Amino acid sequence: MTLARVIGTVVSTVKHPDYRGLKLFVVQPVDENGRDSDASFLAVDVVQAGAGDLVLVISEGNGARQIFNKPILPIRSVVVGVVDEVHVDPGRVRPREVA
Amino acid sequence: MYLGRVIGTVVATRRYQDLDGYRFLVVQPLRHDLTPRGTAVVAVDAVQAGPGEVVFLVSSREASQALPEPFVPVDAAIVGIVDTVDLDGRGGGPDGRTQQDEPG
Repeated sequence: MTLARVIGTVVSTVKHPDYRGLKLFVVQPVDENGRDSDASFLAVDVVQAGAGDLVLVISEGNGARQIFNKPILPIRSVVVGVVDEVHVDPGRVRPREVA
Repeated sequence: MYLGRVIGTVVATRRYQDLDGYRFLVVQPLRHDLTPRGTAVVAVDAVQAGPGEVVFLVSSREASQALPEPFVPVDAAIVGIVDTVDLDGRGGGPDGRTQQDEPG
């Protein structure tokens, strides 16, 4: 799953029926220190997250189908949690930081 | 799932039979500020998107799940036409102007 920040909302009236009634967020993936880590993408919300929230996003169809309990569903990314805190063991040296 | 802009269409008369009857559009993926990102893709159109429209797409197996028949071999589908992209409450219209570009 991805840590990401909600940076915007997509408004769309003409869309596939399975997206109706769902909030569609623009999310910016971040690393464990909150730094932008990848390209932004879109995810539907099921936890009433808001702009600026740090969230947990799943990007896998099976997970989305389980969440919405539908066998056929053209949705891949879902915001499944609003993050309160992230604790990272400062002692661990991350490989990419090794000089 | 990502944003894109319809920039063209693809006609392929000789194709795998399950692709018959579907409209294929050339889509330029966009960043959230509606600037182009990466290479254009070809996506099946599930919502009658028009040329130049900003849309959003789903990829992978879920793309085929946007279509009426099951297991159509596609890996990108347009599943919505975008009205606006509101960035932290700052609107971003499909023509790419965000609120701060508004005159005055």
